[in-house]
Amino acid sequence: MAIAAESIRPHRSLWTDAIIRLRRNRFAVAGAVIVFLITISAFLVSIFSPYGYDQQDLDAILQGPSKAHPFGTDVLGCDVLTRLLYGARTSLAVGIFAQFIVLVIGIPIGAFSASASSRVDNLIMRFVDVIYAFPDILFIILIRSVLGGSIYMMFLAIGLVAWVNVARLIRGQVLFQKQRDFVIAARAIGASENYITVKHLIPNSLGPVIVAVTFNIPRAIFAEAALSYIGIGVKPPTPSWGTMIRDGYDVIFAASHLVLFPAVAIAVLMLSFTFLGDGLRDALDPRLRR
Amino acid sequence: MHLVPGGPWDQEKQLAPQVVENLNRKYHLDKPLVIQFGSFLWNAVRGDLGVSYSYQDRGVTQILLTGLPITAGLGITAFLIAIIIGIPLGIAAALKQNSTIDYISVLFSTLFANIPGFVLGILCIILFSVTLHLLPTSGWGSIKQVIMPAVALAALPAAYIARVTRASMLEVKRQDYVRTALAKGLASRVVIIRHMLRNALIPVMTIAGPELAALVAGSFIIENLFSIPGIGRLFVQGVQARDYGLIMGIVLFYAFAVAVVNLVVDIMYAVVDPRIRYE
Repeated sequence: MAIAAESIRPHRSLWTDAIIRLRRNRFAVAGAVIVFLITISAFLVSIFSPYGYDQQDLDAILQGPSKAHPFGTDVLGCDVLTRLLYGARTSLAVGIFAQFIVLVIGIPIGAFSASASSRVDNLIMRFVDVIYAFPDILFIILIRSVLGGSIYMMFLAIGLVAWVNVARLIRGQVLFQKQRDFVIAARAIGASENYITVKHLIPNSLGPVIVAVTFNIPRAIFAEAALSYIGIGVKPPTPSWGTMIRDGYDVIFAASHLVLFPAVAIAVLMLSFTFLGDGLRDALDPRLRR
Repeated sequence: MHLVPGGPWDQEKQLAPQVVENLNRKYHLDKPLVIQFGSFLWNAVRGDLGVSYSYQDRGVTQILLTGLPITAGLGITAFLIAIIIGIPLGIAAALKQNSTIDYISVLFSTLFANIPGFVLGILCIILFSVTLHLLPTSGWGSIKQVIMPAVALAALPAAYIARVTRASMLEVKRQDYVRTALAKGLASRVVIIRHMLRNALIPVMTIAGPELAALVAGSFIIENLFSIPGIGRLFVQGVQARDYGLIMGIVLFYAFAVAVVNLVVDIMYAVVDPRIRYE
């Protein structure tokens, strides 16, 4: 470390470089800004909104957009904008917390698989292949019918399906990093395998993992919306974009805005995360840039 | 699955305990789980996926067979649409790189690769059914009823196919044999079809397998959105009714279908690319 500090060129880490590159990417910046804005408004909605998400105004049901209700009101007279923002909490929570489960399962299994004997490695990877080949949503529905109702079980169900991506990635990264000079150097000075895995292999694989996680978030958001739409996602009265579409669909001919706004919200949030992911990928791996 | 609270006999009216016991005996739900599972597997191999608890008159196999042609019809229509849109778009974009059509193609694939078919379906309904009154919102049978679900389902694979076709066409365009073919005076149409396309389509086929699986997954939601009585809708109804027999049957069927699709794609590889040989 002492030697690094004495180097003449001002120190710029991989991360500083990555952020500089990320900021040059207009789509990624737009994605990040939208994600940030939605997150902030979802957090603050309980402060600035004059309505509660379950506050009914029976004198004003099924209204179109107006000054008092910018996105109109639903069948029960609830303010659609307020419900959308509370729904964003659900979407973001599922999108992000499911990733913790993905990491907790995926990183150890991937790292273990890479350092295990080829037989064990093969066994794990074929198991991963099976989960990978199977339609996500079918698996999630299945796990969900086993685990039952609450939103925490939703994180778990999505996590239990999505970890295979990260496990595969980590395994590939570890196998690749293992051959690099600094790992061989560490081994030469007598570092133990566990030390190398924790200190060198995992931190150096982090970039691709962050990218994979960013791409996983929109998929989890979609899974939550889809499950709630078919009625086995989050339970009412917790607002969710999927449930809003389901409820609004019954009156789509009378008030299509009830379905339109949540549908557009899902698309916008998913697109933003994907743009951010694209930007991160290009920023963290300059070799990929065209 | 048996861990879920509630069972197939939970109805609005409470059944007498004796009745529940008799029903359990009739469907062998009183036996240990291991025995239930064993006999299920043995019967499945012989083509009998057991009984459904909510459809008393038909077995799971028959129920699946009524849904299968509908789901397969929707899936194949969507896949054809995806190919018809995706491949020409990818080719056009690659041949005129950095032209307007190229930008349109890239925009198309970026947008539709990330907007779920379910959202697209809703937007279609709002536009074509609610506003323009052109197409029906639900049902299955007439051509008009197929258009929207098939297009909503096709958008995602079309976007991927366009993207991969474009990338691999650009790759192939720079190969020596393409330059040779052009240099010896072949018509550019012949070079595009015979030399470029045949090589460029191999990566496209690689994603065709996973794309078909994704199509299947997408059809779960799309079938529910458009009230199409296919397998996806049956599955969701099965989950809601806790119909273990139906759920297990459909999951097993899908696993089988995914395996078959992947096998077919592997075989197609060898047909398209003579360099690939399986021992």
